[in-house]
Amino acid sequence: MGTDAIAVRQLWKYYGDYPALREITLDIAQGSCCALLGRNGAGKTTLLRILAGLSPYQQGEVNLFGQSPRGRGARRTAGFLGHGIGVYEDLTATENLAFFARVHGLSDVSATVARWLKRVGLERVAKMPVRQFSRGMRQRLALARAFQHAPQVLLLDEPFTSLDDKAIAMLSELLTEARLRGATIVLSTHQLREALAIASDVALIENGKLRYSGERTPEMLSDPTLLYRLHTELGAD
Amino acid sequence: MAAKDLAIEVRTKESINAAGAFSIAILLIFSFAFDPFSDSMHEFAGGLLWIAFAFAGALVFNRGFARELPNECLDALLSSPLSASSLVLGKALANFVMLIAVELISLFVFGIFYNINWVKHPWALAATLALATWGIAVLGSVFGAMTVNLRLRELMLPVIIYPLLIPLLIGAIEFTTILLGVDPIASSDWLWPKLLLLYDVVFTAVSILLADTILVN
Amino acid sequence: MREKLTYGLALGAAAMFTYTLYRILLMLPDELMQGAIYRIMFFHIPAGIIGMIGFFVSMTMSVWYLSSKDLKFDSLAASVVEVAVLFACINIVTGSIWARIIWGVWWTWDYRLTSQLVCVLIFFGYLALRRAIDEPTQRARLSAALNIFGCVDVVIVWKSIEWFRNNHPGPVLSIRTGGGQMDPRMDHTVYLNLIPLLLTGIALVLVRTRQEATAREIDSLRRLAHAAA
Repeated sequence: MGTDAIAVRQLWKYYGDYPALREITLDIAQGSCCALLGRNGAGKTTLLRILAGLSPYQQGEVNLFGQSPRGRGARRTAGFLGHGIGVYEDLTATENLAFFARVHGLSDVSATVARWLKRVGLERVAKMPVRQFSRGMRQRLALARAFQHAPQVLLLDEPFTSLDDKAIAMLSELLTEARLRGATIVLSTHQLREALAIASDVALIENGKLRYSGERTPEMLSDPTLLYRLHTELGAD
Repeated sequence: MAAKDLAIEVRTKESINAAGAFSIAILLIFSFAFDPFSDSMHEFAGGLLWIAFAFAGALVFNRGFARELPNECLDALLSSPLSASSLVLGKALANFVMLIAVELISLFVFGIFYNINWVKHPWALAATLALATWGIAVLGSVFGAMTVNLRLRELMLPVIIYPLLIPLLIGAIEFTTILLGVDPIASSDWLWPKLLLLYDVVFTAVSILLADTILVN
Repeated sequence: MREKLTYGLALGAAAMFTYTLYRILLMLPDELMQGAIYRIMFFHIPAGIIGMIGFFVSMTMSVWYLSSKDLKFDSLAASVVEVAVLFACINIVTGSIWARIIWGVWWTWDYRLTSQLVCVLIFFGYLALRRAIDEPTQRARLSAALNIFGCVDVVIVWKSIEWFRNNHPGPVLSIRTGGGQMDPRMDHTVYLNLIPLLLTGIALVLVRTRQEATAREIDSLRRLAHAAA
């Protein structure tokens, strides 16, 4: 509670008897931008999906603004961008955005959709089915889908991966804007430099355990692998 | 939710075409198995129709949740304010509309092939179609959701669903046969629509209760 | 501890079987109408009862799993379903043999046999679903949901097939084919034989649960190995 947008307490997630996440306790303050770091399979995606309400967990407590991630209130304020773009191939760009706008309960649907199509540079192909879009166009539509309902909590799973330059620039812009309006951002990534540049906090996960969490210091910016060297152990814990 | 699915369906027409063609094919094959001109056709009519509908239905709801898989749309939907039960019921509604469309076409063709008069009790028939189809649509939607990520989805769905649908199909077949037959409807015959209603109410309730458990995995 | 319990149950079942088989084969006379074959009912009826009880016990286990998230209940649910399906199949097969001898046909569409068959099919679906999912937690959740659907349906199946049969009468399998009362000794023996069968069933459940626990352990070791690699 208080100024924490996201509070995780003693979180355990199992696949069968195998703990994918162990005793994770993490606080992410409102308005901050937390970079979730860790190797492949460390548990970053699992944690993000739990925060987005996409995955159940067995033990512990997870709260977004004091609510369970599966709760309606939490899902209303959150925006999730996973590996997939999350838009329908057979619908047009306009129809896709309109659908998600309605799902999120936005009031002026057509105006919002038009505005966002312009924002991501897709206004000229608004009536084209996504099936015919180029890769870059799809990525930009995905960004529009995730950001159009002005989420207060943004959960992004490796957002910089497979984005072209135009889309990366757009994403950075959108993230900066989001932070300016006080949104909380959690993003997982391998790309240390980009992430550390915009992050205010970092959290390092290895083998399901939280190895380090705290402010992103200038030293980390100049030496991105510092964290890994200081806090991870070679091999299993 | 249902509107979105129906919009996609109207554009691509994948499910309805396949299901419609399949249903008509079944009715055609049956004409070789049974003598279409025999008087006792009335006794088989209900059974034939619902066999055709049940199997054509599988084609419709196989696509149901599978549609959400490309581009991980299911994740986008689940993390939205839409509740899991709205998702399931929305899909069920879309399945329902598509199935009814297939059924109406089939009924029409069936009437022609087998010289069956199906306008004798139009409201009762409509009610039967609606009740039974809703049951099929709900189960198809719920188990479509359950099997969406599985390896053998197309195989698993029928294996799981058809035994569960048996009471519903019994009610539908019995009452449809009565409606298409020559005798008037006896008061004891209303047992069957009541069975359909019971089935629908019970399974819609269970589906709503378990929607979150099934979808959030 | 568990092994001792399993062996204890098996021994108890064996001991009781000796007694009941003695009763069935040697003590009781042939039935008036049916001759010697009626003795099959001493297995047919208890197996049917155990099957039905099993399905509902497993549903309880599934509900318990969903609320507690403890995989032990999932193993129990699955094991109980397997054993219940086994007994239901015994019920169907013995019923079929009985029908062949009494009515001359292998299958009479008797409403109880038919309902039992549908229940077996429903739970075959459950077992098929379990085999199709590798990840234990997902498997537990989804099969628990299916189990609940299945058990709710079982009730409706029985009623609807009974009503169907009322409209389309046919041969009914019953030990009371001659009508009238059943010899109380026969009645008692039916329920007496229920006990060793039940004990055997429980022993089987214990064995299967142990196997499931081992399988889970192997699965998590495999994941651990992959994570460390």
